[in-house]
Amino acid sequence: MSRPIRVLVAKPGLDGHDRGAKVVAAALRDAGMEVIYTGLHQTPEMIATAAVQEDVDVVGLSVLSGAHMTLFPRVRALLAEQGRDDILITGGGIIPAEDMAALEALGVGKLFGPGTPTTDLIDYIRSWFAAREPQGT
Amino acid sequence: MNDRTAELLAAFDAGRIAALARVVSIIEDQRAGHEAVAAHCHPRVGRARRIGLTGPPGAGKSTLTTLLAETYLAQGLRVGIVAVDPTSPFTGGALLGDRVRMEKVALHPGLFIRSMATRGSLGGLAAMTREVCDVLDAFGLDRILVETVGVGQSELDIARLADTSAVILVPESGDAIQTLKAGVMEIADCFVVNKGDRPGADRLCNDIEVMLGLRGGAALAGIPAHHGVDLKAANPKARARAAAARDDAESWTPPVLRTIGATGEGVPAFVTALDRHFAYLERSGALRERRRMRLRERVRDLVERSVRRRLWHDAALTAWLEAELPGLERGESTPQVVAEALLARSVAAGTLTERTP
Repeated sequence: MSRPIRVLVAKPGLDGHDRGAKVVAAALRDAGMEVIYTGLHQTPEMIATAAVQEDVDVVGLSVLSGAHMTLFPRVRALLAEQGRDDILITGGGIIPAEDMAALEALGVGKLFGPGTPTTDLIDYIRSWFAAREPQGT
Repeated sequence: MNDRTAELLAAFDAGRIAALARVVSIIEDQRAGHEAVAAHCHPRVGRARRIGLTGPPGAGKSTLTTLLAETYLAQGLRVGIVAVDPTSPFTGGALLGDRVRMEKVALHPGLFIRSMATRGSLGGLAAMTREVCDVLDAFGLDRILVETVGVGQSELDIARLADTSAVILVPESGDAIQTLKAGVMEIADCFVVNKGDRPGADRLCNDIEVMLGLRGGAALAGIPAHHGVDLKAANPKARARAAAARDDAESWTPPVLRTIGATGEGVPAFVTALDRHFAYLERSGALRERRRMRLRERVRDLVERSVRRRLWHDAALTAWLEAELPGLERGESTPQVVAEALLARSVAAGTLTERTP
């Protein structure tokens, strides 16, 4: 029996712009995923703790503050500390293309800019999951 | 048990949170190895107190759960929270949002929070919530707080899982007639009227108390006289005596408490009431009874699940049933006759006793 994909959607940083995170959370839910939504003002520590406890497959971060070069690697490092560097870290926000490439080189997954159809993200998560799942978790 | 499961269980025994989380997933999804994992946990189950919080959507279940967790953590206890939210029957997806309210305690090392989607279960919990509680218990957590989905009147699974069930209501929950209805009002070991500073809180408390009195055959026992002063209630010594008598009693009358989630007012009294109820359960033997009932139901559930799987995965039986359908359509046979015949065939073929993967 196939199990639902579990995704943590979080909005780190101090700004209050959570519309994007909410739209993504609702779209992933409608795509049949179990979305754990943690809301605004999350620190990397809170995100990593929640991701480990919830045993998610994917962490999706919405970063609009410009702090992406700090936040994405920090979450990844904290997850790795707990032996969970297998979790896909993806997300989006206002992130220049060269930073996206730099983050991908650091082991972060694909990131999506404003105006991306939610189906792109859904397809990306699904195909990543399908490619990983045969070997088990 | 394969090597990976053994490795995981060793990490679980060593107290690794990531291992606990994975064990929960294995049980929740019934992934490969779940029998071995459950068998590993079973001998250590029974230490934790399980407290269920249920009530209508927006009553403040998550907030009160967080406040209880905070209190227990301050007492040096380790706490698990299982928060259940609904799965969409249309897409199979779910948005699990209870962590939003639990931010204040989220980073405490003594706390483990897990969100669960109902995945088609209708009783206010997920099918595997009980089993997940067993895992948290076996891991060594002291208190397990289970928060149901926002319920209506008849989602009562929580009473079959928890040692103590608290029903959370708000002044907007409805009038006296709602409190007289069957179902969720009957499972409460403790009533909490949250948002107790709002208009109507007094009346709701009164309504519940009257309803409890009606059930106990003492409709007006706790209610002050209509005219004049109630002398019994005014005398603190008499009141203390009455409270002490209640504590020794072999029966339990659910207290009706008032809280204000936003300020934490009334939470200490709620914690005390939960402790008193647990002491009552231990003293009266009800705890053993409840836990034994839980085990009985567990076995029955497993039997039913396994019978269903074995029956409907048997290709020969399914084909036989298909062949019977035309006769049923023509009215030559009845569903009852076919069902009995199918059962007889499955017994003859050994379908039910054969171990299928």
